[in-house]
Amino acid sequence: MITVEQRAEFRKHFRYNVGRRLVLDKVVKCAVLVCVGLAIVPLVSILVDVFVSGSGALSWEFLTQVPGAVGSDQPGGIGPAIQGALVLIGLSSAVGVPIGVMGGIFLSEYGNNRYGRSVRFFNDVLAEFPTIVIGVFAFTFIVLTIGNFSVWAGTFALSIIMLPIIMRTTEESLKLVPVTYREAGYALGIRRWNVILKIVLASAKSGLVTGIMLSVARIAGETAPLIFTILGNSQFISGLDGPIDALPLRIWRLSSLPYDSAVTQAWGGAFILIIIVLSINIGVRYLFLRKKGATLLKFKTMRRMS
Amino acid sequence: MKAVTIRKGSSIGDKIFKVVAIGAATYVLAIIVMIVINLISGSAQVWQKEGLYFLTGSDWNSVQDREVYGAAPYIMGTFVNAGIAMAIAIPISFGIAMFLSELAPKILRTPLSFLVELLAAVPSVIYGLWGLLIFRGYIQDWLETPLHNTFGDQSIIFSGTPFGLDIFTASIVLAIMIIPTIASISREIMLAVPNSQREAAYMLGATKWEVFRLAVLPYSKSGLIGATILGLGRAVGETMAVTMLIGNATGQAAFPTSLFQPGQTMASIMANEFAEASQGGLHLAALIGIGLILFIMAFAINVVAHLLVARVVRSHEGAVLA
Repeated sequence: MITVEQRAEFRKHFRYNVGRRLVLDKVVKCAVLVCVGLAIVPLVSILVDVFVSGSGALSWEFLTQVPGAVGSDQPGGIGPAIQGALVLIGLSSAVGVPIGVMGGIFLSEYGNNRYGRSVRFFNDVLAEFPTIVIGVFAFTFIVLTIGNFSVWAGTFALSIIMLPIIMRTTEESLKLVPVTYREAGYALGIRRWNVILKIVLASAKSGLVTGIMLSVARIAGETAPLIFTILGNSQFISGLDGPIDALPLRIWRLSSLPYDSAVTQAWGGAFILIIIVLSINIGVRYLFLRKKGATLLKFKTMRRMS
Repeated sequence: MKAVTIRKGSSIGDKIFKVVAIGAATYVLAIIVMIVINLISGSAQVWQKEGLYFLTGSDWNSVQDREVYGAAPYIMGTFVNAGIAMAIAIPISFGIAMFLSELAPKILRTPLSFLVELLAAVPSVIYGLWGLLIFRGYIQDWLETPLHNTFGDQSIIFSGTPFGLDIFTASIVLAIMIIPTIASISREIMLAVPNSQREAAYMLGATKWEVFRLAVLPYSKSGLIGATILGLGRAVGETMAVTMLIGNATGQAAFPTSLFQPGQTMASIMANEFAEASQGGLHLAALIGIGLILFIMAFAINVVAHLLVARVVRSHEGAVLA
């Protein structure tokens, strides 16, 4: 708020130095434009490079074959990596979505108390955790207990990463449902849990889907936790208790190999990964966030995602 | 006429549903507790053997019988790397946020904000790949070599070989990565400043910059600090891009002295050496111990950031209601 003393101060300040103030204004505007330019150039360059270098690597073989021997003439493909990424995303969602949605229901419907506030707070903190720490945790908790790297460990780690995002977006979108909807349900004699599941959740469907899709986009690109949990492999999946490959992990391994074919493949993998991540993000934003009343959710979702 | 029976109290279904919901929420707390317990028990071995040396020592050797683990260079490396990245990213991010919330013409606002948010979603391994294969070449030729040739070995921070895989490159790519994060949160916080504040300043004859400095900045200060700290949290925990670019020195050599020398951060040493560490060994315990230090740092950073951001958002919601 601007106080009376401040206003007097502003008046004195504004009355003099008009020329200098206008120059300063121009200088700052230029500096801001330079900042925008400095950031936009590398960021756009990333997108352009990935699209240009990556699209050249694409072929049916590249998408479906197993990787060839390191440095050989047959570079093979990244089939197992794509398969592994899809398996991991599917399993992590199967674990993370129900827990996340139920947690979100708790925060929105039952969470207006001390316990709810502390869960909300730690949920926010967990959302920003370094994912490598979650990978190490999954390693000590699952891999060391069972004795080998497995799909389960990867699923566990990724589900922890998606959980806070889903919880938060579920909570935000449930809170956007008007109280009158709930009251109408109660007035008909419907039980509270039925009201929540059939009326509130159904009305908040688009918000839920948004949160889930954005969390899927997030875990699709996670690499660090996978090093500790699924290890990587160059074969197609053989079982859920063994190591598998995943797209981000494969990109990382390929990028460190000193062969041109490996580098080309890394770009190809990056191209596919970025297509997956960006299409989910763009799709979700255009499908759901354009709706009326979703603006608040959009802001909060962005904050969780960023 | 059918009699209406009024059921009192909550049904068994309600109770089960509530318990399941509470259980799901408790799961989050349980995970955090489990993380702490697992990291402590997993690293107990190294704390017992090295004690405080693990935090302060700088020798790092995983050869059998000569094992010694001091994580100080990596802790320093994390601070230096994140510090340089923040020094680059903060002014640029605030500039972008200011542009998007105050200066940009209406047609540019939506697409540019959209682009910034999309870039925050690009996976870090892709930033790393781009940094390694494209950016490294440019930075080596255009920045590092001229700086090295001009200031040479007399200055400490520009000595070493400008090879491209060093603290300098890793910090710049890290800065590029966290700019979208800080910029999009800051933009949101600046947009939350009520327009009446801006109008009051305009009415007094303020220029755009003065409006920003006198009306927007004081109002959003603690939120912007929170956004910065959230960015710091990301920078500290960032793994893949840094691992691919920092050059991966170990032990004494990893102690950051020059910008143009390979370094190592806590996250990158975990990603790098994990494959070599045998299960149950001291090496693994040392890596998990580094995970514990990283966890504590990230936890502290995030708690502070969320307290700051939450305060701003609350006060603004109050302002909207009032």
